Parts: sequence; structure tokens; C-alpha cells
Amino acid sequence: MKLDSKIPEGPISEKWEKHKFNLKLVNPANKRKYEVIVVGTGLAGASAAASLAELGYNVKAFCFQDSPRRAHSIAAQGGINAAKNYRNDGDSVYRLFYDTIKGGDYRAREGNVYRLAEVSVDIIDQCVAQGVPFAREYGGLLDNRSFGGAQVSRTFYARGQTGQQLLLGAYSALNRQIAAGKVKMYNRTEMLDLVVTDGKARGIITRDLVTGKVEAHSGHAVLLCTGGYGNVFFLSTNAKGSNVTAAWRAHKKGALFANPCFTQIHPTCIPVSGDHQSKLTLMSESLRNDGRVWVPKVARPGLKAKDAVSIPEADRDYFLERKYPSFGNLVPRDVASRNAKYACDEGRGVGSGLAVFLDFADAIKRDGKKLIEAKYGNLFDMYQQITGDNPYEVPMMIYPAVHYTMGGLWVDYNLMTSVPGLYALGEANFSDHGANRLGASALMQGLADGYFVIPATIGDYLANIGWSDKVATDHPAFKEALANVQGRLSQLLSIKGKKTVDQLHRELGLTMWDYCGMSRTEEGLKKAKVRIQELREEFWKNVNVLGSGNELNQELEKAGRVADFMELGELMVDDALNRSESCGGHFREESQTPDGEALRKDDQFSYVGAWEYTGDNKPEVLHKEDLKFENVKLTQRSYK
Amino acid sequence: MKITLKVWRQKDNNSKGAFKTYQLDHVSADMSFLEMFDVLNNDLVMKGEEPIAFDHDCREGICGMCSMYINGKPHGPLQTTTCQLHMRTFKDGETITVEPWRAKAFPVIKDLVVDRTSFERIQQAGGYISVNTGGVPDANEIAIPKLEADKAFDAAACIGCGACVAACKNASAMLFVSAKVSQLVLLPQGQPERKARVENMVAQMDAEGFGSCTNTLACEAECPKGISVTNIARMNREYYSAKIGSENI
Repeated sequence: MKLDSKIPEGPISEKWEKHKFNLKLVNPANKRKYEVIVVGTGLAGASAAASLAELGYNVKAFCFQDSPRRAHSIAAQGGINAAKNYRNDGDSVYRLFYDTIKGGDYRAREGNVYRLAEVSVDIIDQCVAQGVPFAREYGGLLDNRSFGGAQVSRTFYARGQTGQQLLLGAYSALNRQIAAGKVKMYNRTEMLDLVVTDGKARGIITRDLVTGKVEAHSGHAVLLCTGGYGNVFFLSTNAKGSNVTAAWRAHKKGALFANPCFTQIHPTCIPVSGDHQSKLTLMSESLRNDGRVWVPKVARPGLKAKDAVSIPEADRDYFLERKYPSFGNLVPRDVASRNAKYACDEGRGVGSGLAVFLDFADAIKRDGKKLIEAKYGNLFDMYQQITGDNPYEVPMMIYPAVHYTMGGLWVDYNLMTSVPGLYALGEANFSDHGANRLGASALMQGLADGYFVIPATIGDYLANIGWSDKVATDHPAFKEALANVQGRLSQLLSIKGKKTVDQLHRELGLTMWDYCGMSRTEEGLKKAKVRIQELREEFWKNVNVLGSGNELNQELEKAGRVADFMELGELMVDDALNRSESCGGHFREESQTPDGEALRKDDQFSYVGAWEYTGDNKPEVLHKEDLKFENVKLTQRSYK
Repeated sequence: MKITLKVWRQKDNNSKGAFKTYQLDHVSADMSFLEMFDVLNNDLVMKGEEPIAFDHDCREGICGMCSMYINGKPHGPLQTTTCQLHMRTFKDGETITVEPWRAKAFPVIKDLVVDRTSFERIQQAGGYISVNTGGVPDANEIAIPKLEADKAFDAAACIGCGACVAACKNASAMLFVSAKVSQLVLLPQGQPERKARVENMVAQMDAEGFGSCTNTLACEAECPKGISVTNIARMNREYYSAKIGSENI
């Protein structure tokens, strides 16, 4: 299979304009003859569904939550980047492009990333027009901050709830189209399979989570806006319901899965407090703007936050400031996370041993409690609520946690997967963040894909196939897919084994975290592969799912999702094994510089690794899309 | 900690429900309330009993999905979401009663899960500014005084959980509806549809069977996001002034 990224020729700043002109258009009067299926209603899904309906297409949108507003984009805190240069500090589309390519450790496509930076400015305009209440200055204009180590202030924010406000904006646009009858919304409905005939995506199979009814929906195109797969680790900052099922089902129907091992471990999360833990909580990394990260110079096992004040300055190791004097506490996420792990591996972790301090004492001394409260009040409250400690008085404890997955379904410049008519948007695709995503870039990408990219690119496919090229749900392919989905649900319900879904999921998660987490070795990954195969076998023999399929059955929902994670986990391990270089969030211990930084091998691995499913229990086949860098020079990332 | 849980169990909307009592002997004070339910559900499955259905998702206090009525209060004793409530708030040996949201407009689906699509229809009736994607002015074209923008944000912070309805003896949705009306009326972008929006949203709210507001202020007291009843006053003002010159007679 030859992977064609369809990146247009020509100078980078003209590619998108030129491409838009070359794309076919659908006649306005014909748009209503097309039906588009949108799965997921986070930033990418809600913005795509609303924008396509505004253009005149008929849209069916699906979410597993009870409302589209609850998709996990809502939990993003920090902000959204845009190259507005409102601050006059030297920002530009080119600089945002450059920072994103570099931040991704040169494993993303130049063309896609440049387009992302270009449309970033339109996103902010759109959101303001919808009534998104971004932070403002006293003059009434929009405020910006520097975020996640950026040298310019390009991040727009709405207190610590930027994702929520952006999603509510997209949700309001979606609601307007639902009211207009252009979007038919299916809440509490989960996609369980993709239907493909003649090599084209034709529709999906869903389950109504309240009645259990399994149904077929056909459309001219299917958009997967289903987010990331961080919950393969069981513990992550993702919502409990976040899952890979839609993307994985599509993968098994022919969509290639790209760079699955690229996961982002976020440095500022609340540490695990015990075996009962079922979810990790992230705190915005904006905290690192003022908080100082440290551990004791010599190991102090079990050190509590309230005793931290008794450690004199000379006995503290502010390890990020020490190792990276120019970026200090603001190094990119992967670097901050890895160094916290090293400190704990050396036995210098605090609390349970898997935590480091994030200390605001100096910031409070410098700026006063009032200013710190104005900046971080809600985060401090959240921390106190969860841990019982007051961060105004004692340092916070933090530890890295799985947060975002850069890998996802392979897509071309049009966001189309390797299955014609099937698109992937937002976190569900792989395209823009390379091996590491920069802070405040996820919201930007989700909305760029939904508001501005897909409305332009989908018309080309639809115009080419024509509105009559649609397969009805009585086609044998739909019937077969329906039967398969029902068969799988019955199988899950019939095992009646001895372990709960959560127990098996937890075991998978631990294996992934230990061997395919913040740092990876060939030996460990090989162990993990065997272990995952054993777990998967055990799952299908020994899982216990009670109840029936004809009712609200949350265990059955979870079981189907975990079954897919059991397969995805192995592919992540295969990908991590194959990529014997370190890059961004993927750190192979065998590949590091003399001072312990990630060492890329550009001559061997400057490609996108896209995996093809070839059958159950058969090895997946790797296809390589070579990355061409015509505008940026590849350098070793340095934050010293 | 030892905890006795009395939980509302109801098979579906057509069945009658009842409280069922569970004894938990190994509850950690650091557990979140929902993690306690995870542990209980795991034990139930191991014993071959059907686990308790409850809504939850982000577990960070922002998605608004979780919805338990705990000891007679929506989201329990603290002014947080259920997912942000931790067991250290309760005493060892305490009996905790857990019910679903109770309101005519929120029918029970199963156990602690209720149907809140009435909220969706209210939002669809007018909770938006009618702009299409593209062709909008530059974000800094209209300056908005910071204080106004902050007030709009305060109203926009509503997570749509429905605690206000559950807290109200009339099951009124005024706080929820007024939060959206206020957010948009406080912004210059919301002005063109100012009148139609409040009329349509209130009409839909009434059609869904939510009760009237009698100013008990229970909604504000229980709102996990601290949405102020000032929004209700603002919505009333907006509603009456819209009605005076209304086209919808």
C-alpha cells in the first residue's frame, strides 16, 4: 500500500489556499442530498457537525454521553493557541508552525502543521462571535498568556475552563442546527462498527445505551471525532467513558493506525492515592509558570507536604531549574515528566514515593497571595478538595499521568483515512502533534479540523462520488455488520467468568504503564507483548458481565471497550518496539544522548508508522510515510 | 471506615424502585464518592449481583454528568459535584442515603441514572448566537469591558448537571436557563437575538414541566459552580421587557 499524504506542492504558505481552490465543490442545491455521519461531539465533532449542517449537508451526530456538551474536551483547562500576535511579541503563523513542529520532535507533517497555525487565528474570531467569554484586559481586549514553555504569549484562555467554554460554544452552534432540523442528534448512543462496501465507508452500527437496541445508519461519509485512547492505561486523566472502540473498529475495517505508541504523559497530575483509584486528575500546567518543582537532595522516604517547609533551601533539588537553566520549570511536558520519574526512580520521590513537590511559597512571597489566588484559585481549590492539603500553605505533590495520545488513525491532508469516505478529526487522528503535543494545541487542532478543514475538504469526496452513491441499510454488508455486533455483545454476556471488567482493565493498564509508559526498553516491551496476549485470552474466557443487552448495562459498555483496548495495547507495544529511537514522548532507553535526553535517529525513523490490520491474531503490517522537511532544519531539541 | 449505604434501585422507568442497603467495611477516607461506588460495584459483580447504574464521566467536576442526591442534597454535603466529594467528608459508621435527581422533567432511566434531555431541548430553543462558521469579525474588533466579560463568564460556568432542579422543591430550572440567558445578554454579540432568545427558552422550560421559581434560593446554595440567583433576576427582567414588545402574542 502506498501512502499518499496528498500534501499540495508549492511554497508552504500557499499550500492550503491552493489546495482549497483545487478541491471540487458540491453545488449548494445538492448539499441537502448528502448525509454525513459524525461520531463524537467534542470540539472536533461538535464543530464539524455544526459547520457541515450550516453548509447544507444533513448530519447525524452521535455521542455516548447524555449530552453532547459532556464530551471530554470540556475538561481542558489551560487554553488555546492562536498566532494572532496581539501582544506584539514577535509571534506569527510561521513561528507557531515552527514551535509545533519542533515541539513534536520532528515527527509531524510540515503541511498539516502550517495549515493548523494558519487557521488558528480564525478559530478565536469564531469563538468570540459565538459568545465564548475569553479572559479580557481592562481595556476590553482579549488577554493572552505564555503557556507550556512558549516564548511568546499566544494562548487565549477562559480562566481554568477553556475547554469547557470552547465546547459550549461549539455545542451552541450544534444546538442551533439541531433546532433547524439539519442535525439529528443521538445521545447515549455508541458506535460499535463501521460498514464498508466497494472500498468506501458507508455507515455505522450503533447501540442505544438506554434500550440496548442495535441499529444501522448509512451516510455518504463518516467522520470519527472520537478522541484519544489514553484509557488503555486504565489510570489516566481521560474521562471514564473515553475509549478507542470507534477508531479501533474502523482500523479493523481497513483504516491504518498511525504512531500508536506516541502518548503524552502530563507532568502536573495529582499522584495516585491508593489501590481504589479509578481516575487521575490533571491540573493545568500553567501552574508551572509560578510553581517550582523540587525533591530533597537526599532521599527522605515518606516526606509529607506539611514537613516540606522544614527542609532548608540548601537541601532541596530544583531539578528542572538545575538541568535546564533557560527553560527551567517550563520545559515541554515530556521532559518535565521524565525528570520527575528519574527523581523518583532515584528514591527521592516524596509522599508515596511517586510524587514530587510543586511549590508556590516563593511566588506567594513575591506576588502576594491575592495575585496567586486570582491566577490559580480554582486549581488550588480543586487540589485541596481531592487531597485535603492546602497549597497556599504547603507545596502541592504532583506526578505524571497519561493525558493525550498523539497517535491515531492515519489521515491524509484532507483528513481522510485510508478508507475512502472515512475521516478522522481531532485527537482521533495522528496528524499534527508528531511525537509530543505542545500545551494549548489540542483545542486548537480539534476546532481547526472541525470548523475549517473538514468543511473545505469533504466536498471534494462527496462531489466525486455523487449523491446517488449511497448504500441503504438493507444492504447485506449492513446486515452482516449488525449480526457481528450482536454476536459479540452476546458473547461478552455469555462468558460469566470470575473477574470483573475493571480488574482485567487494571491489569492491562499496569502492564502498559510499566513497560510502555514514560520510558521503554526492548526487553520490557517484549515482556509486555506476551503479557497482553495472556490478558486478552483471559479476558475472553474469564470476564464476568452481568445483566442483559436489552437495557442500560454499563458493565457491558465497559467490557466492549476494554476488549478493544486489549488489542490496541499490543499494537502500541509493537509500534514502540519498532521505533528504536527516542522522540518526544516516546523514550527508548537504548537511544539517549550522553546527558540522558531523547536521541532521535532521523536517518532511520523520520517517518509516520502506519499499521494495517490483517486479521485476528495475525501480525499487523507496517507502512511508512516518509516525512519531508523543506522548511525547518531538524535539530536536537535543547531546553538547556 | 465503615459505611452503610442506602441506594435507590430501579430496574427501568416502568418499574417501581426501592432502597437497598449495602454494608461497606473497607472504605478509605481518600476515596472519592464515586470510587466507593466503583469498589461496591466490583464487589457486587463478584457476588453475581447486578451493579448499580450511575452517571459519571470526567470525574474532574466539569462535565456535569454525575448526579447523585446524597443525604437529601444534590451532590451531597459539600458545594461540589459528586465526583469531587471525598469520603473524608463523612464519619466512620455513617449511613448515607443515595437517590437519583427527583423531578418530573428528569425521569429515572435506571437506578441513579436520569434522563436530562429536557435541558437539551431548552438549549436548542435559543441558547446560541446565530452565526455560521466563517465570515465573523476579528476577535478584538469589539472591546468588552472586563467586568461585563467576567460576569458573562460567571454565568457561563454552569455545567448543566441539574443540581439546581433537584435542590428546588418546585423542581424549577430557572437557574439553569437564566445562566445561559445571562451569559449571552451580557455580551454585545448576544444583543440581536436578545428578546427572542429569552422568550423561546422560557417557553420550552415551561413546556418541559419544570416548576416555577419561588425564590427559596436553594438552587444557588447547592450549585456546584456557584451560579448566582442574580441571573434569575436578570432573566425575569429580560423576559418581561421582551414580552412588552413581543411579536409572539
